[in-house]
Amino acid sequence: MSADTTRSDAPPRPRLRLGALKAPVVVALILIVALLALGEALSPGFASFEQILRLLIVAALLGIVAAGQNLVILGGREGIDLSVGGVVSLSAIVAGNVMNGADGGIAMAILACVATGALFGAFNGLGVTLLRIPPLVMTLGMLGVLQGLLVVIRQGIPSGRAAPALSEFVTRPFLLGLPGIIWLWIAIGLVMAFVLKRTVFGHRIYAIGSNEHAAYMAGVPVRTMRVALFTLSGVFAAIAGICLLGYSGSSFANVGEQYMLPSIIAVVFGGTPLAGGRGGYTGTMAGAVLLVILQSILTTVNIDESGRQMVFGATLLVLMLFYGRGRTMRA
Amino acid sequence: MASVSSPVHGAAPGRLKRLFERYPFLPALVILVVLLALNGVFAPNSLSFRALTGLLSTYLALMLLSVAQAYVVFASDIDLSVGAIASLVNVTIIVVMQQLGGGVPSVLLALAVGLAVGLACGLANGIVVAALRLQPIVATFATSIFFTGLALYVLPVAGTPAPAVFWRTYGGRLLGVPFVVYLALGLALVLYLLARSRLATQLLAVGDDAQAAYQSGLPVTLIRIKGYALCGLFAALAAFCITGDTASGDPLVGGKMTLLSVAAVVLGGCALSGGFGTAIGAVLGALIIGLINSLVFFVGTPSEWQNLVQGLAILVALMVGIMVSRRARA
Repeated sequence: MSADTTRSDAPPRPRLRLGALKAPVVVALILIVALLALGEALSPGFASFEQILRLLIVAALLGIVAAGQNLVILGGREGIDLSVGGVVSLSAIVAGNVMNGADGGIAMAILACVATGALFGAFNGLGVTLLRIPPLVMTLGMLGVLQGLLVVIRQGIPSGRAAPALSEFVTRPFLLGLPGIIWLWIAIGLVMAFVLKRTVFGHRIYAIGSNEHAAYMAGVPVRTMRVALFTLSGVFAAIAGICLLGYSGSSFANVGEQYMLPSIIAVVFGGTPLAGGRGGYTGTMAGAVLLVILQSILTTVNIDESGRQMVFGATLLVLMLFYGRGRTMRA
Repeated sequence: MASVSSPVHGAAPGRLKRLFERYPFLPALVILVVLLALNGVFAPNSLSFRALTGLLSTYLALMLLSVAQAYVVFASDIDLSVGAIASLVNVTIIVVMQQLGGGVPSVLLALAVGLAVGLACGLANGIVVAALRLQPIVATFATSIFFTGLALYVLPVAGTPAPAVFWRTYGGRLLGVPFVVYLALGLALVLYLLARSRLATQLLAVGDDAQAAYQSGLPVTLIRIKGYALCGLFAALAAFCITGDTASGDPLVGGKMTLLSVAAVVLGGCALSGGFGTAIGAVLGALIIGLINSLVFFVGTPSEWQNLVQGLAILVALMVGIMVSRRARA
């Protein structure tokens, strides 16, 4: 593979220091506040508590998918997971059918979904490590398999319904006025921050992401780590699928597709470059909120679909300029 | 046109390796022949001239889109907007032809406009990725959203028909031979010429080691922009075939083909990390996808299982292809 040849050993280029202002999390937060102000100016009530809560619920769904995506990308070697969308859809269907509208089935549904997500994630990881298939290709192929599987399942069984308790958890206030899913997301954020900053596992992710060979030489079980990262990505996508079922009440065709590339963009907006080895999840959370607010503003503004898409695409490009760009050849 | 020939070790395995270095699409060719044979076993009719040209007219668009993808993959870039470019060109030429009355001159003008639109989109991608140094995957995803918006602006809903002269020509015959056969021969000639061009070699050199290419004096940024421009042109050609095949405009028609084009490029023996591959391999990869789809149909797979079996077969083909080409190169 080209991992060894493309990995540059050039020293980090000296950068203009504007203090914390240049940290991706701060950039994202400033943009979030600016967009909220813009939204409020365009349509009064946009930045009201209820609206922000609604945005956060949508952002939590994206953010949970992005957690797994983040881990895979941090692990480097062109790590990326294109199959998350398929896992989200599959998990929503599995959950809907296992619980089928009954609160008693929630635990069983969670178990089934997490197992499903872990299974597909582990397959990805094994293909990437044992067979050394590039992650993009492996997860792209897996996405095709998942989409085919969805067609089969959809023919055979009804789409299933969310249990009332699950819908309550996702949409109704649970504690301190915040729905359960937001607490879940905060918890995931805290656990991710702790794992990445304070545990051996976390440090090893950065190690294999920044220099796989050196990490291997230092005794890091690189393959096991990578399989674990892909498995976790599947698990996070599965959890998001369950929550999505709770959010929409019933699952419908390919609900997860909308998360595939946005989950990658959220990671990039959060300051984790696709090359891996740097960044973290706190930024990704901000990135997810940023993306969701941007989309929401565009739906508030009274322009037709074509204009909305053009503005969205152009804004994404402009925002990307704020984040780490590739190095120049001259450096 | 494999990029760098590394020193050959050993005698007997060395020959196979050299052969593979020279023709990276060999594994794809083997898979293709096997699939053709299997198709012939399960449905002898599927190997008839008529059936094969039918396959060609359906998959010519994907073949061209995969070629488009291949040229950016050469330079270790990727273009997730090829499908959106094809959609935009599709609706653009449909609207131009409709506005100008649908005669032969309007068709020719529409094709010229279509190529210009494809080129412009490709240049935009190239500038965003190579000059502004954004990461290709996310940047071309963003441009794909923009192009889709443009396509929706040009033609908000699918359905405007193409003038009869357009699709009759595409689906018709010239001197008793289906028109698509001429197109395929034309494509083969263009690919042959491009394979011998300086640009193809430069793209592979950049993909193999951008820093080395830069230090030996190649204008890396310009070369990558040219790669994206070429990609945009081929995406426009793919759009012409889509239009000929579907005979109507659809602002979202190409979206699903983007990831298939990436799969086809990999199936054809190109390394996603750049620096190794051929455009003809991408064509073979697209044909492999087409043959897998028809084989799944011919063996009598129940309709609801077809997508799953296709997905599994493509995944297996991707894995086998990558493992074989790595073994042959190692």
